[in-house]
Amino acid sequence: MSARRIGVYICYCGGNISDYVDCEKVRNAIAGEEGVVVAKTTMFACSDASQQEIIEDIQQQKLDGMVVASCSPTLHLFTFRGVANRAGLNPYLYVQVNLREQCSWAHTDVPAQATEKAVHLVRAGIAKARLTESLDKIRIDTVPRALVVGGGIAGLRAALALSDLGISVFVAEKSEKVGGWVAEMGRMYPHERRGSDLIAKLVEEIGARENIKVFTHAELTAKSGSVGDFSVQLSVADQTIPLNVGTIVVTTGFGSYEPAPGEFGYGTEGVLTLPEFKRLLDESKGPLVYRGKPVNSIVYVYCVGSRGSSKKEKPNTYCSRYCCNAAMHASSVAHDLSPSLHQFHLFRDIRTYGKYELLYEEARSKGAVFLKFDEQQPPEVEKVDGHFRVQLKDQLTFGDEIQIESDLVVLVTGMEARADKSLNDVLKLPLGLDNFFKEIHPKLRPVETVIDGVFIAGAAQAPRNSAESVASALAATAKSAALLKKGYVELEPLVAVVDTEACTWCSECVCTCPYAAIEKVTAGSKEVAQINSALCKGCGCCVPACPKGALGVKGYTDRQIRAMIDAMGASHE
Amino acid sequence: MEQGGGTAAQEFRPEILVFSTATISDIGVDLAGSSHLHYPPTAVAIPLPCSSGVRPDWVLYALTHGFDGVFIAADGTDCPFVPDCTDRTAKLVGRTQDLLREHGIPPQRLKMAAICSVCAESFQKHMKYFFEEIKKLGPSTKAG
Ligand SMILES: Cc1cc2nc3c(=O)[nH]c(=O)nc-3n(C[C@H](O)[C@H](O)[C@H](O)COP(=O)(O)OP(=O)(O)OC[C@H]3O[C@@H](n4cnc5c(N)ncnc54)[C@H](O)[C@@H]3O)c2cc1C
Ligand code: SF4
Ligand code: SF4
Repeated sequence: MSARRIGVYICYCGGNISDYVDCEKVRNAIAGEEGVVVAKTTMFACSDASQQEIIEDIQQQKLDGMVVASCSPTLHLFTFRGVANRAGLNPYLYVQVNLREQCSWAHTDVPAQATEKAVHLVRAGIAKARLTESLDKIRIDTVPRALVVGGGIAGLRAALALSDLGISVFVAEKSEKVGGWVAEMGRMYPHERRGSDLIAKLVEEIGARENIKVFTHAELTAKSGSVGDFSVQLSVADQTIPLNVGTIVVTTGFGSYEPAPGEFGYGTEGVLTLPEFKRLLDESKGPLVYRGKPVNSIVYVYCVGSRGSSKKEKPNTYCSRYCCNAAMHASSVAHDLSPSLHQFHLFRDIRTYGKYELLYEEARSKGAVFLKFDEQQPPEVEKVDGHFRVQLKDQLTFGDEIQIESDLVVLVTGMEARADKSLNDVLKLPLGLDNFFKEIHPKLRPVETVIDGVFIAGAAQAPRNSAESVASALAATAKSAALLKKGYVELEPLVAVVDTEACTWCSECVCTCPYAAIEKVTAGSKEVAQINSALCKGCGCCVPACPKGALGVKGYTDRQIRAMIDAMGASHE
Repeated sequence: MEQGGGTAAQEFRPEILVFSTATISDIGVDLAGSSHLHYPPTAVAIPLPCSSGVRPDWVLYALTHGFDGVFIAADGTDCPFVPDCTDRTAKLVGRTQDLLREHGIPPQRLKMAAICSVCAESFQKHMKYFFEEIKKLGPSTKAG
């Protein structure tokens, strides 16, 4: 006997469902189910009129459960939770049944069987709804402070922007000074300003802010708490500094690909990576000289360490994005230093995207020559009598064998994720297949990670130039501020729970939780597991680990799953 | 509309329970539907947050309460929660198959595959194939 009062609404979806599923038949089949007091069909459940009708039913019939059998929950779960909410019904007493994507549309060929399936699905929804409970969002007060990990251009710009919004910022920089790669750079594209000047200006501005504190030689060594209220520990020189912050922005940047010995002659004097060549340019005042010898010609080899090109065991498969642009720019800077220089660019594809096409134009107009090689037949570099001899088959002239003599070979090396295991042991952020930090979704939820309150930005996320790094840093700032300025956050209550009667604190579950949300507490006279609901993401991967069956996730409880199985399976016995 | 295990063997249409995941594989199952990729209508899905949260005794329960096969549509590497979710789910499947053997149920009644949010065709293929495989096994035993 269920004392529940459930309203069930079966949607025609204007024919999308009712053309294949006999909705009236479904309604008649379920109208007598235990606990069902309202069973209706509707042309469009999501229309204003239908929503209003549902609200009236909830109020007049004193419903304490609601099922809408319509489209996929990805479309309207929140719509109908909203309807429940407006009617004064707790939104977690609502269950959505997917009759369109997973029934009518999938079985347009067999309407009778689709109708039969629809009945099962709606029955399962009702069975689940009978076991729903009212839940409240988890509310956490936030601390108006942020921690920025990594003081490169992305981190410094994030710190200033947060400070502008009235949020206090701590910057933790691992090395002896802030600024990252850009601090070491001379002329940069596209603005032709010196990187070191840009950073000096940012550092000066930060120095003038009372609400920014920069720590150098600093590393994040511990993190606990959750979104809005993290307790973190920095190890600064040999001191430990505890801090309390509401959000964490991770801007730890990138590493540069280091070629394998012998990869396009790497290891031989005169074969330089792109950062090494950039340094040579930045240090030159007049015509280019390398180790005391004038440089008259340069060969550039593109995509080294990117797009599958590598002598290493696991080549990076992605395009590093910045290197075509940076190599074109370097070529123009080199020309400006030594106008008689001969420059040969051996590329696979030129990816000077968007306005950076101008860099390509400029390099060409300064006399650079472009030759295209096939990835299956990369150029060969040898050193003969103090000079390089580079051979390739040029695809632009239908595979002509070309030999070039040069003084320097520049390997246009890509970006790599920093191999910083100790940081991620603390942060526990998911990494992509490319080993960079992974955002939840590049379009729907950029810069957010699965750890609420921890954002990623800059080249720590993916290969990026400095403008792109700063843009993402400002996105992370905006998201941090949106969270902290409100004063509190609300989290989904669909988290794991422990049945303390059944739990014996065998601790089997503890290590299964990727978010370290399971802790030991004393309940009465015994020790049991407890879920920190602010840390728990409700994934449920701890659930099968419990030998006592003491764990469950709200909204997906053991009783609910079995009831759904009964509702759908029993009818076939 | 009456069908199922008891009657003539040629009419046997295996009932398949799919454990999908709300944010990834269920979206792939949706896409199969919105692309009108037909698969056996006796397959029904219960979405969970993550496939590594399927309890072995749920599978046993399903196979003794009207279902003839259980298919776990795992997230593959896309899982937003658990980075090693596929490995965990695979281990779980192993554990569950042991449990099924203990109860005299052929372990082939449980199958797992990674279904991503755009894996509509792969889901359809898996369903059709699994349906035929289970058909060969005949109806699963009932509770008792
Ligand atoms: C050769 C070369 C030329 C380039 N030329 C240009 C150009 O002309 N124009 C352009 O727009 N871009 C250029 N770029 C790209 C540019 O360097 C990057 O886009 C930019 O540096 C990214 O900034 P970031 O702050 O994300 O990372 P980074 O510059 O890498 O800064 C990251 C900071 O985090 C710190 N850090 C790392 N790990 C930790 C940790 N665990 N804890 C605390 N701190 C940590 C690092 O010490 C560093 O200070 C070039 C890059 C290269 C290699
Ligand atoms: S940006 Fe250019 S050089 Fe760099 S990996 Fe991509 S295509 Fe190759
Ligand atoms: S595995 Fe189960 S019984 Fe053991 S500590 Fe965790 S919840 Fe308690």
